[in-house]
Amino acid sequence: MKNTVAEASLVCDQTDRVPGEKVLVLRDVNKSFGAQNVLDGINLTVIRGETLTVLGRSGTGKSVLLKLIIGLENMDSGSICIQGQEIAGLDLNEMNRLRIKMGFLFQNAALYDSLTVEQNVAFPMERHMKMPASERSARVKELLSSVGMENDLKKMPSDISGGMQKRVGLARALALQPEILLLDEPTAGLDPITSGEIDDLVLKLQKDHALTSIVVTHDLQSAKTIANRVALLDKGKVVMEGSFKELAESDDEFVREFFKRDS
Amino acid sequence: MINRSLEWFGDLGTFSWKVVRAAITRPFELREIIRQFDEIGSKSFPLVALAGGAIGTVLALESRSSLVRFGAKSMLPAAIVYSIIHEMGPIVTGLVVAGRVGAGIGAELGSMKVTEQIDAIEASAINPYKLLVFTRVLACFVVLPLLTLVTDFCGVFAGWVAVALSDPISLHRFLDKGFSGASFSDFLAPTFRTCAFGLIIGLVACFQGMRTKGGTEGVGRSATSSVVLSSLFVILADVILVKMILILFP
Repeated sequence: MKNTVAEASLVCDQTDRVPGEKVLVLRDVNKSFGAQNVLDGINLTVIRGETLTVLGRSGTGKSVLLKLIIGLENMDSGSICIQGQEIAGLDLNEMNRLRIKMGFLFQNAALYDSLTVEQNVAFPMERHMKMPASERSARVKELLSSVGMENDLKKMPSDISGGMQKRVGLARALALQPEILLLDEPTAGLDPITSGEIDDLVLKLQKDHALTSIVVTHDLQSAKTIANRVALLDKGKVVMEGSFKELAESDDEFVREFFKRDS
Repeated sequence: MINRSLEWFGDLGTFSWKVVRAAITRPFELREIIRQFDEIGSKSFPLVALAGGAIGTVLALESRSSLVRFGAKSMLPAAIVYSIIHEMGPIVTGLVVAGRVGAGIGAELGSMKVTEQIDAIEASAINPYKLLVFTRVLACFVVLPLLTLVTDFCGVFAGWVAVALSDPISLHRFLDKGFSGASFSDFLAPTFRTCAFGLIIGLVACFQGMRTKGGTEGVGRSATSSVVLSSLFVILADVILVKMILILFP
């Protein structure tokens, strides 16, 4: 029987709370929008420091999965444990304490269009980090420098390209020094060279900050470059989970079909 | 249709409750509140001043011919002042702000919604009901009575100018005749009922903006519905509040 959200707190078991082990555990997660069952019994575990890439066709619920993890959507049933804490039933303050530990890069970057590049990155810091303005400004410049945007501090989001917006979005996602990074289609809509640059940037950030990441994408090349482990979604279910190589060599018809374009 | 209306009111109630809860918790977003005071208050100033001037002039011109016909021309200053302060000033301010601010809030929040900027605020552990909604609702609530004073002042002044052009009368004498017999409550209750208009405009426009769906077309729909619904509810609230004021301050 599926767990209801009310029962979910019983599901986050002791093994999920072992420090240094499972950072994120999803158990039997279900989500529907009206009659459409978007996620149907998703089970996933992410270990500290690893990058899990979630692959799948458009509309299979990959972005919804990330929004459930960060609490922008509520699951219908199941359990999501983040660092041993069940998120179902958390009040806003408790959820916000968890959100501070997570950085989220939106598919279209979702930069605040009335703020400059610099202000976008400073925005979460102003509200959550007590530090002098000069120190904050230096940290913003350091973050923007790490994504190669140090020369565009005063530009508005509308004045920079899609790839640059993704870079700024990435810097903003890192602003609160998160332990978990959630990336929604970081290379979508970008040319192959810019996509490669974003992949390199993600790898560099993972190495420098030792982040645990979940990357949603349908870009196989990107998955191959940045993933430690890959989960393939279809019709709201995890079809297969393993290394990129394991999935690429799978005999499963859907997996072969999905990976055919990469060969 | 009835179900959809009830659902809308239910959702508005839930939305309002979230705003109230956000309002009583720290931080209080003072910088954003000041920005909204400027955006909603200062930038509406020229429009309400112009609207006030226009209604004062029209009232003077229209009332004059009627009062002359009934031999009550000496009542003209009082008729203008009472009409403006009691009804025209508050309702015109409410409708003008509903048009300007309602459309602005509906479009701005709608655009932020469809481009996931509101989700980004939430994902940054910041309560959008506090940052985006409470600040705007509070600004509307506080600013509406102040803007009403501007409308009243401009209306009375323009009324005097219009009267003085045909029958020369000093401003002092015009005001003296206009306010003769008026008590403080004549002025207080109508002005402060616009707080309710501000609350309606702020809440309805933010609500419509925050529930936007469907890209740029949805943003357009939100802006339009914000203006239409907030104007409609301002008029309905005016009817109810006028009746209440007449009962409470006979």
